Amino acid sequence: MSKGQSISPALMANKRTGSPVERRTSTEAHGVVLPEVPGANQVVDPVPMTGSQAVIRSLEELGVTDIFGLPGGAILPTYDPLLESTRINHILVRHEQGAGHAAQGYAMATGRVGVCIATSGPGATNLVTALADANMDSVPMVAITGQVASTLIGSDAFQEADIVGMTMPIVKHSYLVTDAQDIPRVLAEAFHLASTGRPGPVLVDIAKDAQVGPMEFSWPPVLELPGYRPVARGHSKQIREAARLVAQAQRPVLYVGGGVVKADASAALTELAEVTGAPVVTTLTARGVFPDSHEQHLGMPGMHGTVPAVYAMQQSDLLVTLGARFDDRVTGVLSTFAPGAKVIHADIDPAEISKNRVADVPIVGDLASIIPELTEAFRGETEAQGAPDLTEWWRVLRGLRDSYPLGWTSTADGLLAPQYVIQKISELTGPEACYVAGVGQHQMWSAQFIKHERPRQWINSAGLGTMGFAVPAAMGAQVGQPDRTVWAIDGDGCFQMTNQELATCALNNIPIKVAVINNSSLGMVRQWQTLFYDGRYSHTHLDTGHESRRIPDFVKLGDAYGCATFRCEREEDVEATIKAALEVNDRAVVIDFVVSADAMVWPMVPSGVSNDQIQIAQNMTPEWVGEDEGAGA
Amino acid sequence: MSRHTLSVLVEDKPGVLTRVAALFARRAFNIDQLAVGNTEVPGLSRITVVVDVQGDALEQVTKQLNKLIHVIKIVELTPETSVQREHIMVKVRADAATRLQVTQAADLFRASIVDVSTDSVVIEATGATEKMRALLDVLEPFGVREIVRAGTLALGRGPKSMSDRALRHGDPLSYPRA
Repeated sequence: MSKGQSISPALMANKRTGSPVERRTSTEAHGVVLPEVPGANQVVDPVPMTGSQAVIRSLEELGVTDIFGLPGGAILPTYDPLLESTRINHILVRHEQGAGHAAQGYAMATGRVGVCIATSGPGATNLVTALADANMDSVPMVAITGQVASTLIGSDAFQEADIVGMTMPIVKHSYLVTDAQDIPRVLAEAFHLASTGRPGPVLVDIAKDAQVGPMEFSWPPVLELPGYRPVARGHSKQIREAARLVAQAQRPVLYVGGGVVKADASAALTELAEVTGAPVVTTLTARGVFPDSHEQHLGMPGMHGTVPAVYAMQQSDLLVTLGARFDDRVTGVLSTFAPGAKVIHADIDPAEISKNRVADVPIVGDLASIIPELTEAFRGETEAQGAPDLTEWWRVLRGLRDSYPLGWTSTADGLLAPQYVIQKISELTGPEACYVAGVGQHQMWSAQFIKHERPRQWINSAGLGTMGFAVPAAMGAQVGQPDRTVWAIDGDGCFQMTNQELATCALNNIPIKVAVINNSSLGMVRQWQTLFYDGRYSHTHLDTGHESRRIPDFVKLGDAYGCATFRCEREEDVEATIKAALEVNDRAVVIDFVVSADAMVWPMVPSGVSNDQIQIAQNMTPEWVGEDEGAGA
Repeated sequence: MSRHTLSVLVEDKPGVLTRVAALFARRAFNIDQLAVGNTEVPGLSRITVVVDVQGDALEQVTKQLNKLIHVIKIVELTPETSVQREHIMVKVRADAATRLQVTQAADLFRASIVDVSTDSVVIEATGATEKMRALLDVLEPFGVREIVRAGTLALGRGPKSMSDRALRHGDPLSYPRA
């Protein structure tokens, strides 16, 4: 290609003939996917319209059916044509943060790009938490914000905020649109970026004059992303090398992260696990991608992981890392994490490779193809010499699983055990439901005691740890999965951050079920105060539960929002209450489960120590069965 | 810590320099020197950054930079495989008594006098960082009034062009990203 000519792969793609499918095949051969406009790609010949009409029309062409938002001055022009759209269902939220988390919940439940929309200034800044959350957990999301007119940008105009500037570190990419003509291309690029490679949030900030200005709309636009080339296929030599290591490993562990969910590679993962016979651990973002009921599943690793999962990684000689990122909550003190393990690290984001833990065999690419290729390569590798004998490894791990199952002790104060409530919800509702959690103790108990059986069953805020995530994200998940039951397992602290979206649920017939695990406190912080601050409970009491002033009374609050409400305080009522809640399908449900404030999340690896120091209860560490004779430690 | 020169080929879009600079700041890297300008390809700019970092940290920041959508390609240019030049202007005190000495010093460094007044001259010089340091050392005794310097420019030796290679899409060895 000569200099000065088009530098856009999209332009080059345009010059080719043949169907989009053929195009994809031809480009994947080089390990690079050329940008394609998401959606049906129906050809629209140039037609004059305004920028705001182009926003709505572009969203329609991109296949968007649901968006969450709240209008204001600078986005008003775009809300006008939205009124006429028959293809887009706009859900009016009560706070922009709710729109952001709803878009996340929608994306996480469906795998499609979630869309939220807000006005300039405070509307846009209210989206910041959701953008940061989506960035940490790689959630495909497009946020559209109004901006003051381009002539006013930089003048401290009313409701002006440099949202592109302030969100730069927490988005995958962002745009400031000042010319109406750019709108279709920018939106198509935003959707392409959000949903391909490592997914993430993309912000599109559109100046008011670009919304009202004239333009010629045509579709599909040409994407101009010369610097964006996500790698599709893992390097086959690396995959063979990985297979060779797996075929030799005596104590392998498949360390599975949220990337496997994003890659829709759940079935391929199960096959890899069964062919290799290796134990599997699933991180907080990966719960459900490998069924909890599977014999090879050891559970969740990390700070509140199971004893066998944590132990398996510490003693492993090979971590087969699939779409996970060695987060500090998984590794504990990094230098003491899995000291004897070689590391295979497969991820679509090259920047994750060797970021925290050096990879012996890095594989960059899409797990959807890497995992089956690894399975095949393993088959080839073991054809002659046979698969490694993992009997001894499994003997140790099974012993640990039998000795240290997840569980809880009954509460001393006679109040409900929160773990029991959560386990019952899961038992009575089943894995076809979606379970959305806030952040804290109730989130960890949900990760532990819900039976996670399918990908996208479990939705939570893992990386950023955003309290208040559950209610709006559950709302989004319910919109994306109208036929599924959606539970928001929330804490009393979390619930008070975003429960205004119950109004949105009530008015839009979004029948989420909120189980408030009400321990009348900021429970996880309280747990740390119990363990590390001599029980000095500084500002963690919320007065919402047993023998408190009940400010607010969650039953009355639910009533005020038109929800079906229940309060449950005794173990014998739990089952009946959950069943009654499951009977309600015409409106949202709020259950106030009044639980003990003293229940704690166990096991726990205290912050700042090695995973070897895992405790199964306060100051109780497991006895490492088989340490001497078995695991070769 | 060691000095590294990175050449970053970017799309010439608003905010691209902010995105690049912010990434360095986020990883707590000090940018020693920075030079930006457009290239032989319309729409492409090239940022030359000199940073003081450890080897591992450099790899991580390079990978993070590569994730920026507007970044097309990054190469590290070593002193052996590239030409690196700095450009400075120095205002030096020079009256009738010292002017001759100052101009002679400038001559030795193949620098030019671009402004003369009764008690100062402005010297313009181009060269490798070490040479510029030597020049400043020589001028120091006369009284340096002001220094302004542009970031180091660096270009790989030989016939290859960074943008040429960067724009050949479909090359599986080009920087992967997500």
